[in-house]
Amino acid sequence: MPKVIYGGQSYECGEQSVLVCLTAQGVHIPSSCHSGLCQTCMMQAVSGNIPEKAKAGLTDTLVAQNYFLPCVCYPQDDIEVELPDASMGKLAAQITGVEYLNADILGIRIKPSHPFEYKAGQFINFFKDEYTARSYSLASVPALEDELFLNVRKVPNGQVSGWIFDNIKAGDTVTISEAVGDCFYVPGKPEQNILLIGTGSGLAPLYGIIRDALRNGHTGKISLYHGSYNIDGFYLVEELRKLAQAHSNFSYVPCVSEGEAPQGYAPGMVLDVALKDNPELSGWRVFLCGHPEMVKSAQQKTFFAGASMRDIFADPF
Amino acid sequence: MSLYTEIGGEPAVNAAVDIFYRKVLQDDRIKHFFDGVDMSKQASKQKAFLTMAFGGPHNYTGEDMRKGHAALVTRGLNDSHFDAIMEHLGATLTELKVPGNLIAQAAAIAESTRKDVLGK
Repeated sequence: MPKVIYGGQSYECGEQSVLVCLTAQGVHIPSSCHSGLCQTCMMQAVSGNIPEKAKAGLTDTLVAQNYFLPCVCYPQDDIEVELPDASMGKLAAQITGVEYLNADILGIRIKPSHPFEYKAGQFINFFKDEYTARSYSLASVPALEDELFLNVRKVPNGQVSGWIFDNIKAGDTVTISEAVGDCFYVPGKPEQNILLIGTGSGLAPLYGIIRDALRNGHTGKISLYHGSYNIDGFYLVEELRKLAQAHSNFSYVPCVSEGEAPQGYAPGMVLDVALKDNPELSGWRVFLCGHPEMVKSAQQKTFFAGASMRDIFADPF
Repeated sequence: MSLYTEIGGEPAVNAAVDIFYRKVLQDDRIKHFFDGVDMSKQASKQKAFLTMAFGGPHNYTGEDMRKGHAALVTRGLNDSHFDAIMEHLGATLTELKVPGNLIAQAAAIAESTRKDVLGK
């Protein structure tokens, strides 16, 4: 008889679903439809085989993180499960580099104290002290570099970003969390076109995702639109232009929303420019990161332009 | 054969959900009810609704429908909005070339939730 292990306890599952099994034992799991549709009860597998049926309807990035729906999960073998984010452990890490990417954004390189699994585009929490942390996206790609790379924007009166700008230097030891988030590249469908739209330091996850996709041999279009008020807000410009020269399927369009746009830059709001260039998005994969208002509006507009809800990945911050 | 199998099961729901949800969000009569909701979470709920209308597996009770829509009823949700949803359900299935007799059956299932959804 298969067992379900949860919170260090082992439960006989028998013929029941994982949700029924755990709920009957007094474990509280939020749930609603009990039919594998509403995704309210979603859990994460730590070990063991999850039947395919329990993953139906989940986005590719959720499946890649071992998420499943316990209400329609009838395990054949023992499995260990947990609720999402329960696993966000902390670890020590050493700062190995700090550089200004522009006047408001610091590039920080970090080496975790022990091997660290993540996907480019996910985020970690960076702790100022035990109670104060902020989330930063990972612009690094595990297969390409040993260190984590963060882009920290200076937030006016920001408790954590202010502290990072004023105090953090190479050699410091800091505390970070493990990586979470479902805004990342999943290999497969290499011919699918990809649209990426970001504002400000929302470029960080996109920079990771793009290089991860290229490294995986993605052949479809990879079109990046980065928005800023003026030319001073851009960064990694040289790196991205070089990447575009080296890969004919990758294009980089920095968009200036206020004032003059010099040569090599597009005038206008980043979302407007991206949709004007790509009015038809049926079958595209879409990544949206940065200003919450832009992300929300872009989610709706790219959906109306034909992208499937399942293929739109958003990370507002 | 059940209605759900005849319509095409889960793949049919997957094909329908984007089309249906796009129509709903672009309809001036009802789109304000979706202001501020998380789009991807809402899409899962639309999928649950379509699965139910297609005669597929679900465990929603009339009480769930009442509770789930009570806040919207206090914001003015009424028959005209329910009619708009019925219209989009029909149009979505027509667009997917589902035969008329099956559309009628799906519409009847959706229609049967009207009282509970509107808290009557």
